[in-house]
Amino acid sequence: MKSILIDIGYSHFLILAAVLFAIGTAGVILRRNILIIMMSIELQLNAANLTILTFARMHGDLSGHSFAMIVIAVAAAEVAVGLAIVVAIFRGRRHVDADRLNLLKH
Amino acid sequence: MTTINLLWVVPFLPLLGAFLNLVFGKRLSRGTVHFVAVAAVAASFFTAFYLCVGYWNPAHPLDWQEGPLWRAYLAWKQGGKVGAFGVSEHLWTWIQVGDFRVDMKLALDPLSSVMLLVVTFCSTLIHIYSTGYMEHEPRYAAYFGYLNLFTGAMLILVLGASLPVMFIGWEGVGLCSYLLIGFWFENEAYATAGRKAFVVNRIGDFAFLLGMFLLWWATKGQDGGASLDFAAIRHVGEATPIYYEQTFWFREHLAAIAGVLLFIGACGKSAQIPLYVWLPDAMAGPTPVSALIHAATMVTAGVYMVARLSFLFAASTTAMGVIAVIGACTALAAAFMAFAQTDLKKVLAYSTVSQLGFMFVGVGTGNWTGAIFHLMTHAFFKAGLFLGAGSVMHGMDGSGDIRIMGGLKKYLPITRITFLVYCLAIAGFPLTAGFFSKDSILAGAWAAHGDGWPAFFGKMLWSMLIVAALGTAFYMWRLYFLVFEGEYRGKDQVAHPHESPINMTGPLMVLAVLALVAGFIGVPHVFPHANFMTFFPEWLSHSVKPMWSEDGHASVLPHLSKAVEWGLMGVATLVGLLGIGLAYALYGKGPSPWVERFTASEPGRGLYEASKNKLWVDEVYEAILIRPFRALARGTFEIIDRFMIDTVVVNGSAFVVKTFSRIASWFQNGQVQRYLVGVVVGAAAIFLWTSRAEHPTFKYRWTADGIEFRAEPGHGLRRDARVAWDFDGDGAPDPGETGRQVTKKVGEVGRRVTMFVADPVFGDKQSKPPSWRKVTRNVVVPSEGRDAAAAQGGQP
Repeated sequence: MKSILIDIGYSHFLILAAVLFAIGTAGVILRRNILIIMMSIELQLNAANLTILTFARMHGDLSGHSFAMIVIAVAAAEVAVGLAIVVAIFRGRRHVDADRLNLLKH
Repeated sequence: MTTINLLWVVPFLPLLGAFLNLVFGKRLSRGTVHFVAVAAVAASFFTAFYLCVGYWNPAHPLDWQEGPLWRAYLAWKQGGKVGAFGVSEHLWTWIQVGDFRVDMKLALDPLSSVMLLVVTFCSTLIHIYSTGYMEHEPRYAAYFGYLNLFTGAMLILVLGASLPVMFIGWEGVGLCSYLLIGFWFENEAYATAGRKAFVVNRIGDFAFLLGMFLLWWATKGQDGGASLDFAAIRHVGEATPIYYEQTFWFREHLAAIAGVLLFIGACGKSAQIPLYVWLPDAMAGPTPVSALIHAATMVTAGVYMVARLSFLFAASTTAMGVIAVIGACTALAAAFMAFAQTDLKKVLAYSTVSQLGFMFVGVGTGNWTGAIFHLMTHAFFKAGLFLGAGSVMHGMDGSGDIRIMGGLKKYLPITRITFLVYCLAIAGFPLTAGFFSKDSILAGAWAAHGDGWPAFFGKMLWSMLIVAALGTAFYMWRLYFLVFEGEYRGKDQVAHPHESPINMTGPLMVLAVLALVAGFIGVPHVFPHANFMTFFPEWLSHSVKPMWSEDGHASVLPHLSKAVEWGLMGVATLVGLLGIGLAYALYGKGPSPWVERFTASEPGRGLYEASKNKLWVDEVYEAILIRPFRALARGTFEIIDRFMIDTVVVNGSAFVVKTFSRIASWFQNGQVQRYLVGVVVGAAAIFLWTSRAEHPTFKYRWTADGIEFRAEPGHGLRRDARVAWDFDGDGAPDPGETGRQVTKKVGEVGRRVTMFVADPVFGDKQSKPPSWRKVTRNVVVPSEGRDAAAAQGGQP
């Protein structure tokens, strides 16, 4: 009996990463809640991580893994700062709607 | 010509005064303003007097120092009277383009010396007079600044040694004329009069420029001809007459065309038919301005220019005929128009136009000296008449309506006496200045007999002028009687007319003396003991080209027998006296009832209306020139300005920019998420575009061995990709054919060849059969001569 894992190749990983990235992009573009936008950005970052790891494994090269670690660290920092900003905005405005935060537009 | 280095001072001083008064005038007191202005022109006059004649050394009263021009004259006399004499000063080179070179050069010769003295002298008197007349003027400094500027420009005009330098002054006086006519520009009519003067003068100036260009064209390449220097172009014409006598247009001499063009310029400046219409309107300016610019000096610039170019005009009797006829017509028409004018200054304005016509008949008959003589005496008595009119208006609280005057001799005794003298002079009363100068022009006209002129031409001019002289005497004395004699009619308007202060009556008296005695420097030869008194024509004759001959010698005056000369003088005297008598009969004690009756019924009524409405010339111009021109201007305004420029170019470009900016700003709206859409769409597009080229492919070519197939390492063909081929066309990889470059015999290859590619990304290495990507191409094999083609190794 053939293991199901054997049929899962690099392309499957890449396709999954692409789907994740597309979902993340759609979230960033379509949603107006900053919190959701930030979550979508996380999704994009992790899709990128998955792609990097796939290629790293394909080439048998460890430098891809270290890239992924750096991305995770940066994403954590970004979330910490971003969430702080979102909380600060919410305190002042009682909403986090990106379309209504247009103070600098005009 | 002797070179001196003091000539520049003469025009420079008034220009300096103008600079001071126009730039700093607002901060200066009235006393300083008129001191600067009067001192500048007075110093200019004394410098000019020294340059022309000389001066007395105060320390040695008997020690007479001759001036440069006089010394040149004496030297010329001692040297056997060869050539012309004069002094000049080269200041700097103004224009130098190729051969064309214009020097900023001033020249003083007998002709310009007369103008120089007349201009500076009259200007000084009128500046002094203005200190009284313009006493209450708020823009005092501007007035004197303009007046000084005018004097400076006029002196450049007079002293300029070449046509372009003269043209600087020519335009400068035109500008000042405009500024001073419209000096009280708050009054719309006055501002319009200024513009009218400017525009009409531009028409003449354009012709003047054309004449100048034509002269340059005719003389370029000649010695000094390209400079338009008066002396040089005269020399060209005298050394090689062909340059002015060559056939040019309508088989006429070039001199005729150039002369007529320049004369049109003179028509504008000197108010001759058809360009005289601006001068009567120019009376809108302050009265001293009318005296200085529109009577004594600027308007005579045209006469001066024609006399200055006498050598050119003498080369064409056609041009001279045109000048003489236009001058005579102007003299007649303007005299007629003066009959029914009711404004003091308007009468004088038409009188000026008429007298300028006399001068043009003078130059048009080659009588250069007579014209300049009349120019000089006219400057004295006409400036005096205007200043007298100003004095009357000053006393009448600014009104110039002669219908409310009369009997003013009681109130303005000095003005009245001087006015009487001027009226005698202009009417040609024997032994006054006007008598001699007018007689000189009349005699010259009578005797004129140019080539191609009909025999009666001179007589015709003479009779036109004698009628004009009759008219002159009549309207001037009508004016005198209406203003000063009879009963005072203006009690309702001005209760107490008053005499003017001494700074106004002083110049009047000086000019009156000159109007009486200035004629004695140009007495006709027939007078007994006239030797010294004929000095003026002799003095001038060195600057102008003689047109006639007397006893076989060239002469500036046409020959006349003594009897004829006395006869002409007698007729002129009689005509003058007749005009005065007629005026006395009709207006001696106020307007007589006969005048009322005459103007109330035909044909007197028609004549009166014609004179009062100035022969409807303004109305005719309005209909045939101004209205079509205005329609044209409006049409071009609507089409070119409104539609093409405003609508298409300006608003059109704005519309295009606005549209594109709308589109651009729709993109750049500050919504980061919308930007992101652009990024995603763009990235996807780039991805799709570039991935198109990443498909692997293969190529083939004919070689000597058969057909060589080669996998192309496109972006999609990785190094570790596996390659297989299908040559027989069964759709499956042929066993063993896995090389990247394969050569097959012709017979082994089918029509369709497929290359299979499997790489670690798109196909699994381990799986059997691998997930191939297929690349299929039709292989073109020539149906005939395959072997031959193969043998030659040619390309398919």
